[in-house]
Amino acid sequence: MSLTITAEAKKIAKITLTGEVDSLTAREFQKEIERMAAEAPDELILVAKDLDFISSAGLRVLIFAKQKLGTHLNVYVVGAQPSVVETMVKTGLDNSFNIVDHYL
Amino acid sequence: MATKPKNAAAAEPQAPAAAKPAAKPRASKAAPAATDTPLVSPAAKAKASKAAKAPTTVIVAPETAVVGIAQTVADTYSSDTRIDYYPTHEHEGIKFRRGHVLPFGATSVTGGVNFSIYSASATDCTLVLFDRGAEQPYAEIQFPDEFRVGNVYSMIVFDLDFERLEYGFRMGGPYNPAAGHWFDKTKILSDPYAKVIGGRNAWMAPPDWDNVYPYRSRLAFADFDWENDHPLETPIEDLIVYEMHVRGFTQHPSSGLKNRGTFSALKAKIPYLKELGVNCVELLPIYEFDEWEGTKPNPVTGEPLVNYWGYSTVNFFSPKAGYAATGKYGMQVDELKTLIKELHKNGIEVLLDVVFNHTAEGDHRGHTISFRGVDNKTYYMLTPEGYYFNFSGTGNTLNCNHPVVRNMVLDCLRYWASEYHIDGFRFDLAAILGRAQDGSPLSNPPLLESLAYDPILAKCKLIAEAWDAGGLYQVGSFPNYDRWAEWNGKFRDDTRQFLKGDEAKVGPMKERIMGSPDLYSERGPTASINFITCHDGFTMYDMVAYNEKHNEANGEDNNDGGNDNDSWNCGWEGETDDEGINFLRHKQIKNALTMLLVSQGVPMLLMGDEVGRTQRGNNNTYCQDNDLNWLNWDNLKTNADLFNFAKEMTRFRRNHPVLRSPVHFQHRDYVGSGYPDISFHGTQAWHSDSDASSRAFAFMLCGDHAKQGIVKDSMVYVALNMYWDALDFEIPGLSHDRQWHVFANTALAAPDDIHANGTEVRLENQQNILVGPRSIVVLIGK
Repeated sequence: MSLTITAEAKKIAKITLTGEVDSLTAREFQKEIERMAAEAPDELILVAKDLDFISSAGLRVLIFAKQKLGTHLNVYVVGAQPSVVETMVKTGLDNSFNIVDHYL
Repeated sequence: MATKPKNAAAAEPQAPAAAKPAAKPRASKAAPAATDTPLVSPAAKAKASKAAKAPTTVIVAPETAVVGIAQTVADTYSSDTRIDYYPTHEHEGIKFRRGHVLPFGATSVTGGVNFSIYSASATDCTLVLFDRGAEQPYAEIQFPDEFRVGNVYSMIVFDLDFERLEYGFRMGGPYNPAAGHWFDKTKILSDPYAKVIGGRNAWMAPPDWDNVYPYRSRLAFADFDWENDHPLETPIEDLIVYEMHVRGFTQHPSSGLKNRGTFSALKAKIPYLKELGVNCVELLPIYEFDEWEGTKPNPVTGEPLVNYWGYSTVNFFSPKAGYAATGKYGMQVDELKTLIKELHKNGIEVLLDVVFNHTAEGDHRGHTISFRGVDNKTYYMLTPEGYYFNFSGTGNTLNCNHPVVRNMVLDCLRYWASEYHIDGFRFDLAAILGRAQDGSPLSNPPLLESLAYDPILAKCKLIAEAWDAGGLYQVGSFPNYDRWAEWNGKFRDDTRQFLKGDEAKVGPMKERIMGSPDLYSERGPTASINFITCHDGFTMYDMVAYNEKHNEANGEDNNDGGNDNDSWNCGWEGETDDEGINFLRHKQIKNALTMLLVSQGVPMLLMGDEVGRTQRGNNNTYCQDNDLNWLNWDNLKTNADLFNFAKEMTRFRRNHPVLRSPVHFQHRDYVGSGYPDISFHGTQAWHSDSDASSRAFAFMLCGDHAKQGIVKDSMVYVALNMYWDALDFEIPGLSHDRQWHVFANTALAAPDDIHANGTEVRLENQQNILVGPRSIVVLIGK
């Protein structure tokens, strides 16, 4: 997992998720989100193209991110594999996030 | 229920339930990877195109160190931790303290989980903790006696992994069935207040029969984003209810969906419900039950007969994981909420069929899952000898009017109403809810009264199946507090008998058409849930294709299921190529649909009747997980005339408020229109013959009286002829410049059987109309 914070006119925060986000790694993920919240970014990018699996715990962190950072904040989930997208759609998370193939 | 088939495959651990705590759930990874054709929602695709602009400067932060496994949930909350939540006790490294007695169940609190459980007769209680899917518990903590307040044991346990935790209880106490006590500390019990149950995560996945704890209590989370959703609060008289089975709706391959038989698949078919024109779905049981309960082989095919309908509750608060495509991830709560939110967005209410009359634990031979081991004497109605009363016909009877059980029912419904935004409830065998603890009917049952006046359920529809298997039949007399509606069994019986041409049915049919004022004089037509078919009994197609039930596939030598079907096969038992018979069957279905949808009260349609779904004469398909129950979507093509008829008829009801009065007719003109609100006619206008030999009548609704004169509507005239010959009906004259137009005439073949709303055809002869044999004509005066 890596964290990138971009300082520009628009503050963009970026987290890369790789491998599996299960209930153990979800805690790290959550810590990253909390760390990021302190920076008050304008946008959050979750790079998910190498994310193979996200458990319910990981999905809950996504919800947590939205709550922690504010519902006005745009969160992009970039390049997620179909199985991950599908789970997000079924559980209604697609309403709260921008699921995109690319973020240029 | 005592004989469960041992399946060799059961030994094979099921992903991800069997993952060991130390290992990452690799097995679970296989699940998403195994899906073949990936689905990306149109929404996701649409969003993909609007990729955002590139930032120019990127500052890459150092890689974050991997946090150790010892990391605790408590750390996460360190900034929020309140001083009063500190551990006072420790057992095998697990920290805990005295808990809160309320609410019952497991509740997340800062840094931990509060557990609280009631038992009046237990002598001690032990909390049992598992990591998800583990064979054995990783900890057991007996509640110190000082943690018990009255009959309630509570404690807060710290640093638990909310996501992976499974918990249960062991209860100590006397084992003495004659005295009503069944305590057994070797058994690990589900929490009666669990909000999620793990263990049956995918439909019919072979269970491990040796599991020490098969139905595992888990935590649910309240972080779902409902946005601005809330229950729709549609006036009940405006509802058109669609009674449906979540799995049966989409499981047939012809549904063309991925993840068939799930909440997610139902969501994908919402456009179909909209087109059909229903605005309320009533879901057969969707809380946790075990489809494996009572499984046995089908004597005809050898396939397993299963607990398909699900009228056998394992836990009242938990949605069925096997109905969720994401159940294998434990995300059934979110998937169901997503479905409900989407239904609401489409103007469709959600009613749940709730079964508070019995549980899956059966009688004295049954399994101990929860209630029996927690406090048998509280939760069940027992005979003086300690046996189970069986008013439900399924082995045991929940002791609903015991104050503790009553509160559980109330807590449960409040939970569904508030957490899941449920719009109302249909109570299975509700007459039981009015029985005292000794089984005798109560005149003022406290449970029914509590529900009727509950502040949280205040806007929920409450619908009773007003009878039970113990012989209590309360249609029209169910204790209602001016609040409860009922499944009107008399509507079903009278319309069926009238439809097949029985004598002396014109009088009763007039009552049914009016919303059964003979039964519900005090409550109004909104007390009457009108139905001709429901999951119990023949489908509408089978009602016109079979004289007798054909239940051989249920494995009980055709002895199960009711014999009072009031059905008529139109001249041949079962399928036939005879065009005349098939035409008559379709006509009879259209007649039935018409009677259902032009009657005052609340119509309820059974899933699939709109496309002629057949169960091949089986009138009790509780155990059939196959095409006897699954909706065949190809019927939409083969029976297109039925679907079109149903669709236009629901629109007709929606367009004409005169069909949806919240109060009974007064049989007089109280708005000065020159016509009474309702008038009855026959072959002669203004003269209706209710003789025993009569099988025909007509009625006219005055549009100026719609919704008690608040809104303006057309005149509606319906002539029903269930006689075997055509009859000439004299039509009442219209005032002003209104003219009669034909909306429907079931005697005619499609497309002339019904006209799209708004394109009704002006009648050449405004004085008389010939109504064909066994046919209904619907006119509007506009």
